[in-house]
Amino acid sequence: MHLISPGTKADRVASVIKKELRQIMRDKRSLGILFFIPLFMLVMFGYALNFDVKHTSLAVVDLDLSRESRHLISEFSHSEYFTVKQLPAAVKELDHLLGSEKVRAAIVIPRGYADELARGRSPTVQVILDGVNANAANTIQGYLNAFFQNYSYQLTIKVARRLGAAAISQPIDYRPRIWFNSELKSAKFLIPGLIGFILMVVGVISTSLSIVKEKERGTMEQILVSPIKPLELIMGKTMPYIAISLLSTAIILVVGYILFDVHVTGSLLLLFLTTFIFLLGALGMGLLISSISETQQLAFLVAVISTILPSFLLSGFVFSIRNMPEAIQLITYAVPTRYYLVALRGIILKGAGFGAIWDQLLFLTGFAAVMLLVSAIRIKRAGL
Amino acid sequence: MIAPSIMADKLSKHFGGFVAVDNVSFEVREGEIFGFLGANGAGKSTTIKMLCGLLSSSSGTARVGGYDINRQADLVKKNIGYMSQKFSLYEDLTVAENIEFFGGVYGLDGQNLKSRKQWALEMAGLSGRERSLTRELAGGLKQRLALGCAILHKPKILFLDEPTGGVDPVSRRSFWDLINELSGGGTTIFVTTHYLDEAEYCNVITLMHAGRIVASGSPNQLKKEWIKNPILEFKSGDVVKAMGMIQGQPWALETTIFGNSLHVSVKEVQPGIREIIKAVGADNIRPENIREVSPTLEDVFITLIDKKVPAETSKGK
Repeated sequence: MHLISPGTKADRVASVIKKELRQIMRDKRSLGILFFIPLFMLVMFGYALNFDVKHTSLAVVDLDLSRESRHLISEFSHSEYFTVKQLPAAVKELDHLLGSEKVRAAIVIPRGYADELARGRSPTVQVILDGVNANAANTIQGYLNAFFQNYSYQLTIKVARRLGAAAISQPIDYRPRIWFNSELKSAKFLIPGLIGFILMVVGVISTSLSIVKEKERGTMEQILVSPIKPLELIMGKTMPYIAISLLSTAIILVVGYILFDVHVTGSLLLLFLTTFIFLLGALGMGLLISSISETQQLAFLVAVISTILPSFLLSGFVFSIRNMPEAIQLITYAVPTRYYLVALRGIILKGAGFGAIWDQLLFLTGFAAVMLLVSAIRIKRAGL
Repeated sequence: MIAPSIMADKLSKHFGGFVAVDNVSFEVREGEIFGFLGANGAGKSTTIKMLCGLLSSSSGTARVGGYDINRQADLVKKNIGYMSQKFSLYEDLTVAENIEFFGGVYGLDGQNLKSRKQWALEMAGLSGRERSLTRELAGGLKQRLALGCAILHKPKILFLDEPTGGVDPVSRRSFWDLINELSGGGTTIFVTTHYLDEAEYCNVITLMHAGRIVASGSPNQLKKEWIKNPILEFKSGDVVKAMGMIQGQPWALETTIFGNSLHVSVKEVQPGIREIIKAVGADNIRPENIREVSPTLEDVFITLIDKKVPAETSKGK
């Protein structure tokens, strides 16, 4: 018998990659997790997680029935923010309308509205909001405030002109212009966040399971007695998932463009480079989880808890970090998805270049290095 | 003299305060089948894991194929094959895919891989079933495929950790034929088992108990060395009751149950037979049903464990 020369490093890594791909392709469930879930989430989040508040349905109770009150109602109708859905005759009907969510806000124009205006006194117009969705109620209240201020101002000018002040005009000409997401569409804000969320969750869960499965089956032991080195094993295990995740990213971008008109303003190369670095960290984290877990159930649990909640709540994906309490804001610095999202939103929405996001990349690189290093050490020392 | 294939020198492994392997030394010659025996938790698997480079030793050292297990683990790994009781194959891969993967990890390619794959398929009796999923194979076939995958690279030394666990007797038998063939070809076999009948196939047996080696030698040497008295065997409808009647008598040196028969170690054969009949009762047994048998390894080990480690129960892993 003679000894067959042990192959090169690249041969061994290639064997692992080939084996992983075969296993992934054979396991329809993990294929589904890798491709279907991201698309499902994209559509769900894209359509369901909509923060846009437009055409708020209003009920207006006009107790005055004057020319002035009708003018006020028609002004509402002209605004794209409001739609006057109901004109009930009595205030008591509002209970039912708001309770059944037929309208989200109600306006009550009091009897004597026109009279009081004519006498130069300020009539009181009542505004009732449905506060169940606090975020939306806040936004609607803001729109109503602006609307009434503007309307009052128009009335003031009218009166002033009638009194002879012909030259009166608006002191400040306010012209807002919004950059980067000019239509203020939530989808544009959400899709980069969704990519980060999906990559983190899918990347960590799939790698953590892929190694624990081998530990449970005993195949890890078989690999560890072979000449393959821990780093080669890690490379062979992560590379297929990196390729699949990058493909997944591309699919999300294409579908995001088709369904939500989100296009990448910045460099695609920079986008994929950033994603690659982020993925290294996520997969390293998955490896680390599997090196400390004994069973697939435990690994799955740890992976889910350590990715879904932080990436959903603390990364700035859905909730703005700036609005969080200071203590929570500090915690978000430990969430890698946070840095990825800043970079990704920069590239996709603002066309940011390397110079604008290098600090985020630096953190992501550090995160990836630490995760991969620690897991390689653990695999080497504990034999997984 | 050729250097031994495996040489352990005062090898020890501690897990916290627990001593799993305690100062173990032994040598295995090239082409030998070396059986490592002992109860669960005796330290067999820990020793094999240290020799394969899966665990580092707490103290002491060993050379496998001439390489130091602690300092040259990479070279050790290239020269050994390893198969455990789990038959570590990928159940979701086909037979051929498993062979290709393990071949690739050991650096086989091209023509080399092709011919070894063919060899492994034939050896495992799986020719024509290359495309079957491994999970669909019967235990015996899985075992042979696992062995095939472990020796694709023609290692000089093969480690087998409880290789026949959960496999039917016919498959076990043919598996040992394979092992003999490999050993005949010059491969050194280091095997752990707790099937004592399998130990008879080994050239050298080492018995471990509570982390220490308590006896070593060929099966015949061990029997001669430890069994000085004749052993009488007889069948009984109620072995437990019969044992109760015999055990403790001054002439019965050792009493052991073997399935539905009883082994009694006595000073001399004829007086022994008379005593047994007296104890059990002439109604229950006839002299021609009691015969002298040659000692089995099981007799050896029961004697050994009783003598060497009285009142000490084996510890967990």
